[in-house]
Order: sequence, then structure tokens, then C-alpha cells
Amino acid sequence: MERQLLPIIKQSQIAYETFEIVFRTSLAQQLKPGQFVHIALPNHILRRPISVANVNPIENTFTIIFKIFGDGTKMLSTYQVGNTLDVILPCGSHYPIEDLHVRKALIVGGGVGVPPLYYLAKTLKEKGVDVTSILGFQGKEHVFYEEKFQQLGDTHIATNDGSYGVKGFVTDVIKQIEPEFDYYFSCGPTPMLQAVTNVMGDKQGFISLEERMGCGVGTCYACIVPLKSNPEKSLKICKDGPVFAANEVVLG
Amino acid sequence: MTLRISMPGLNLKNPVMPASGCFGFGKEYSQFYDLNELGAIIIKAATKEPRYGNPTPRVAETASGMLNAIGLQNPGVQGIIEEELPFLQQFSTPVIANVAGSTIEEYVYVAKSFNETNGVQALELNISCPNVKEGGVQFGTDLQLAKEVTYKVKEVSRHPVYVKLSPNVTNIVEMARGVVDAGADGLSMINTLTGMQINLKMKRPIIANKTGGLSGPAIKPIAIRMIYEVKQAVDVPIIGMGGIETAEDVLEFLLVGANAVAVGTANFRNPLVCSEIIKELPHVLEMYGFSSVEEAIGKGHTHG
Repeated sequence: MERQLLPIIKQSQIAYETFEIVFRTSLAQQLKPGQFVHIALPNHILRRPISVANVNPIENTFTIIFKIFGDGTKMLSTYQVGNTLDVILPCGSHYPIEDLHVRKALIVGGGVGVPPLYYLAKTLKEKGVDVTSILGFQGKEHVFYEEKFQQLGDTHIATNDGSYGVKGFVTDVIKQIEPEFDYYFSCGPTPMLQAVTNVMGDKQGFISLEERMGCGVGTCYACIVPLKSNPEKSLKICKDGPVFAANEVVLG
Repeated sequence: MTLRISMPGLNLKNPVMPASGCFGFGKEYSQFYDLNELGAIIIKAATKEPRYGNPTPRVAETASGMLNAIGLQNPGVQGIIEEELPFLQQFSTPVIANVAGSTIEEYVYVAKSFNETNGVQALELNISCPNVKEGGVQFGTDLQLAKEVTYKVKEVSRHPVYVKLSPNVTNIVEMARGVVDAGADGLSMINTLTGMQINLKMKRPIIANKTGGLSGPAIKPIAIRMIYEVKQAVDVPIIGMGGIETAEDVLEFLLVGANAVAVGTANFRNPLVCSEIIKELPHVLEMYGFSSVEEAIGKGHTHG
């Protein structure tokens, strides 16, 4: 983990209030699917944890995708090519795909939970894994990266308002298409993760959580999640997570 | 230029230490710099039993600060002694243990437990945590309780005791005098101020505990004022804290009478902040005409 001042080499809006920024860094190759970077912004005491959406190991670049939720992300959306940002990286755990024997993977993402799954899906595909993706968004104008996911495998989109793809939730699509897979990988809002892990039952999978963070490195105990095996104990989302085995932690 | 400073139980190579709760037990930040650089380390609060802490969200950003309501999550004093202190013993940096509790008996138990280890050089008596239902700030806002817990802990501890004062009181001088009369070797001030922030979309407090402790630059003027007042009333060393981000901030605390300082919230934004402040401090002292830390202490009082 290091703190670096990183130049922005690309910036664009890719959907409603959703932005993509590409940074160059010597540490790009160390970033694994599921990990996040911790970004400082002027006049904001706390950094913003944002997951890594893609890595280009040849160019030494990585991509983040974020949506405007408050002051911090709004300010981040004004940053342009040529600006630099103070970033701590790499942060947190990753999807442990090197330890898994996966033939068929199911990717289930919702909203800003979709970005880390792109980097994951791409890495799985490169390893020869068959990838099916189910992505949920609020509505048509919120959808991003559909084509990029399609290039990796069968991709299904659901929108809450039915303005694009299937009307409903990602879990509706799961029930409808009954995908075959050995492992599932999911990231999204907690209610979605609850619904997904419920539908999946005992199937093996990994989820990635988000929470308001303090330090982002494991010292302040702001972002904890109770253990399912012993709810009196907890793990740190920033350090032990954000990726956990699907049945490891108590959601919500 | 010498940065050295001596206080009961503590011979510090410089006056800068991370504040309790903002540095865990040192492991994470040791990835960013050598912890030998630090004047001391105040570790996260210890209670008798392991504590889970409060529900999440536990933090919220505010203008020039943040609220937190962690709720004293920690592995319990035995867990800290066995699992966390051994790591810190590889450094030459003194360790100050933060002692918390819900009852006087618990404070006494925790303080006594630290008698059994060589990994701790002083205690910071936490009578000012605003985020627990029982104990904590209750002890720091009630003069009689504050005196009693200080006295009882002093009675059993072999370590010097720095009492951490709460700013959530009407008369900070009265509290300071009280705990010094009860035997405090030093003071540590200030803890956070109780605050609240509302999420407009959800129409409810952001923090699950509803209230949290306000820290960061927003509270620095309050800390400075309180240390100024207390320094005129008592004659024990003070570890000053509250919103420190730069070496200039450190000098401000020294001038009003702090003998050493703790850096809290700023660690979250800049993991290297303590190291950077320590490197910058000699230049700042020199710029303002001082040749040592010692020389600057209390100099803000000399103009009447």
C-alpha cells in the first residue's frame, strides 16, 4: 500500500451522473479484481474509497467508475485530464480467483457495484472461464459497460423501471434464465446482496461490500461487518474485505 | 534544534504521537513509515472484555471535521497485551495505553492488567468517550466521578496516568483541577465533542448511534482555548490534541501550554502525517524563533 499523486490521463461521463477516470501509476499491475483505491479530495477530511474497474498492465493505467452521491463524488466528477489526485493503493482484499477452480462464473452486479465486476469478468475470461453477467441498473440512462460485458460472455440487463432490458431486479433475471455456474461473484447495494445471497442459497460465491470508511487501511474500525459464524465478532470491510465469501458475513 | 521532551514515564524523542483510536495498534501505518520516528504511540482504547462497538455507519464527514461513533471496539485488554503489544515492542517508541470502562471497577481492572506488561510506558485514562451508553463521558463530565476514577486507577497502576478530558463540560478548568488533585500525573486534551449530522435523503442521523464525536480541524480552536485555560490553573504536563494537521498547528498547541501533542483524524486523510509533521517541526520552530520544543511550551501566555 502506497500513497501516490496520480495524473488523470482520461476522463469521461459514461452514464447518468456516472463518470470514468483513468489514472497512470507504477502500481497498476498490483491492483487485483475487487480491490479499491482511496482518493483524497481538497477540503474533505475523509478519503473516498472507489473500486478498480479495469487495469491495463501494458500502459500502467487503471480505471475507476463512480456515481455522484454527495459532495465528494461531485467534486471528483469535475477532475479533468491533466489534474492529479492523491490516492492510496492498492487497498483491501480481492476476489480469490487464483485459488479457485472455476469453469463457469456468474457475475451479478448492481449500479456502482458493476465496475469491480468488469475487471473481475475480464480477468476470468482471460483465464478461459465461461462468464455470464447479470447487471442491474435504476433505468436506461444509468446503464454502462453493457457492450464491454457482452464481449466477455452472455450478458443480461435489468432495470428497476423497465426502461431497458428486463423490468425488475437481478434476482428476477437469475430465476428466469437459471444460469449454470460453479461460482458466483456479486457486488452492489446491500439489499441486492441480501436478495442475491438468498436466491443462491448454498452455492459458492463471493460478494463485495461497501460502507462509509474512515481510514480505509484497517485502523479505525469504522467499516465493520459481523461474522455469520459469530456475530459478536466482526471483520473490517476496508482491510479484511471488501471481498468476502458469500456466507461469511451478516448483511444489513 | 532539539525536539526532545520529558514527561512522567515518557522520554520522547519528539512531541508528536498518533492519538488513540486513530492509529489502531500501529501495524497498518507501519507499512507507510518507520514507527521509530514517532515520539510515542497512543494505542486504541482497552476495556476489560472484548467489545463489538456500535452498529454502522460509524463515521460521517462534516465541514472541516468528522463524526465518529465506533463505540470502543477492541479485543479486550488481555487480547491487546497478547496479540497487539508484541508487534510494537520492536520499536524504540514508547507506548501509551488508553484505558476505558463502564464502571470504576472496570477502569481499575484494565489499568491493573497493564501493570503486567513491559509493553506500555504510561496510561491515558479515557473518561471522555462520548460514544458508549455506559461509562465513558459520564465519568468525564461529572467532577466527583472523574476524581474518583482517577484516584482509584492511580492507586493500583504502576504507570503514570494521563487523564483524557472531555470538552463536553461547562467548566474545563474545574475538571482539570479535580483530576490533578486526585493524583493525575498529566492531562490529555481534548477528546471529541458530541455532535450529529442528518442525511437529508433518509431524513435521519447518518451515524447509526445518532450522535458521534466531532474531531478534526473544526475543533482545534476549542482545544487551544481549553489548554490555554487549563495551563494557567494546573501544573502537570499536557498532551494536546484536537484537529492537528501541520507542524504550525503543533507550535500553536505548544504555545498555549501543551508539552506534547497527539494527531488523530489527520492520519485518515494522510497516513504519513505524523512523520511529515516531525520532519517539518524543526523548521517551523526555527522560523518562529525557538531552538527547542521545550522553549516554546507555554510561550503563548507571556503577553498577559
